[in-house]
Amino acid sequence: MAESFMAQWVYTDTVKDHFINPRNLWKEGEDFQPDGVGEVGSLACGDQMRVGIKVSDGRISDLRWLTYGCASAIASTSMMSEMAIGMTLEEAYHLTPSMITDALGGLPEHKFHCSVLGDKALRAAIDDYLERNGLDNPYKGTTARIICECKGVTDQRIEELVKSGKVSTFEDLQRETGASTACGKCRDRIMEELNEALHIYGR
Amino acid sequence: MDRRYVYLDNNGTTRMADEVRDFIHSYDELYGNASSMHTLGRQSAAGIEWARTKVAELIDADSADIYFTSGATESNNAVLNIFRDLADEGGERRRIIISSVEHPASIESAKYLRKKGYQVDLCPVDSIGRLRLDELERMMGPDVSLVSVMTGNNESGTIQPVREASAIAHRHGAFFHTDATQAIGKIPVSVKEIDADYLSLSGHKFYGPKGIGVLYARHGAPLSPFIHGGHQEKGMRAGTYNNQAIFGLGKAAEIAKETLVEEHERLWEMREALRRGIEERVPGVVINGSNDESLCLPGTLNVSFPSAEGESILLYLDLEGIEVSTGSACATGSLEPSYVLMAAGLDVELAHGSIRFSFGRYNTMDDVSYVLEKLPPIIEKVRSMSTRKV
Repeated sequence: MAESFMAQWVYTDTVKDHFINPRNLWKEGEDFQPDGVGEVGSLACGDQMRVGIKVSDGRISDLRWLTYGCASAIASTSMMSEMAIGMTLEEAYHLTPSMITDALGGLPEHKFHCSVLGDKALRAAIDDYLERNGLDNPYKGTTARIICECKGVTDQRIEELVKSGKVSTFEDLQRETGASTACGKCRDRIMEELNEALHIYGR
Repeated sequence: MDRRYVYLDNNGTTRMADEVRDFIHSYDELYGNASSMHTLGRQSAAGIEWARTKVAELIDADSADIYFTSGATESNNAVLNIFRDLADEGGERRRIIISSVEHPASIESAKYLRKKGYQVDLCPVDSIGRLRLDELERMMGPDVSLVSVMTGNNESGTIQPVREASAIAHRHGAFFHTDATQAIGKIPVSVKEIDADYLSLSGHKFYGPKGIGVLYARHGAPLSPFIHGGHQEKGMRAGTYNNQAIFGLGKAAEIAKETLVEEHERLWEMREALRRGIEERVPGVVINGSNDESLCLPGTLNVSFPSAEGESILLYLDLEGIEVSTGSACATGSLEPSYVLMAAGLDVELAHGSIRFSFGRYNTMDDVSYVLEKLPPIIEKVRSMSTRKV
């Protein structure tokens, strides 16, 4: 009987591997001069990530990261770093949380936001690179998904409003965007997006 | 040192003592329904009454005031529900006060009662997580029916001023409950000295079986049936007796009483050796709770590691065979770190980076040495990955 109870590790073997041997870690004292840096997350929610990228010929040629967070946050950033190196900026910008979690062999539902942080930090680094170089940002807005169809409110709009501090409650969001004020069917998804954004950017 | 298995989560639960396990198995044949009149039933009932006496002796109570339950969670729920019912029945005292660092068995029950429209107030604690008696005094009034304060805290280990809190409650005409789950077997607990009207405990926290515990209810304190059904436990708590678990609880209580003094000394020695060792080897640590032996449960050490997150530390320690717990939100699935540490005013980053080491009777000084060897490089590794720098 005891044998059948022998526990698997708490996450998948791939998560375990990246947790124990994180790839492309931004080591202290290392001579890494990033072309763009992005940082997301807050200590209030227990995780924070910083991603630095080097860009050549429109591709991410190298990447380093730091993460204050749990095992799945560390593994997500590590996996993201492996996936992003070699990608064009456009490909990297469209790297999604589910691509990262799929590559990790899955994460428990309550850990999903850890992988969301990884790809957001990467996008922030690309934004920073383009801005530093005075380049147009052709990607911004291209990853938006419409959450409230009646009022055309996208996840990116919610994220920006939370980031700017204009929105911290559902009521704020309704006032600012009219989200979920018509048919109301999107309420749950709006709450989900809002909570996610508050989790990452909220103070 | 060679790889070891070091269990340091004894506040979570304990391994059943060998003597308890052997004792239980020596009575495997006593499977009778203790409510039956035949011989096997009467023998089983005698075993249960023996265990009742042993638990009563452990907490300095009258054995007639001991009610077997499934554990302290049930006991805590039962007490709060008794006072909810009294409020429903038109009692003038309608307000309950509990400390802000009670176990979820009380805190969550309190939140549920609030949602249902009952008045439950949380009394704050100071920076070591100890109940603010001045605040309790200020919060009291003629409308308070019950005050509930745990004897010792599961996370910080902080021992609460229960005697004083009980005196305040009684002076204002309220009843007093203490959840002694963590204190039992570690420090002396006497319902007479505390002057407690109710007390909760669980067998599995002091080397007894899981799923068995006690509600002590002083004769004369309000009590009404909390599990309806048969006439077991004077009709208060129905359900066929779990003979073997009760025998085991009795045995665990007997051992706890005999070994209390030496156990306390041993646990405190290991706790202090680990604390000093960590402070020497790891820069920037913060000890949560108190380092005063009279204010801290002897086996509990709660440490925060700034710029390192608790779940990562826990899992790296686990890979080395060391089992601990953390106050980090990441480990619980909630987004909030330990409310116990936050109630004591701890910074949110420090709460996320908190690790609780809790010693028990099967730990040795070699375990301490092993942890002191494995922990420092783990903290260094987690910090080297962190966006935060010490």
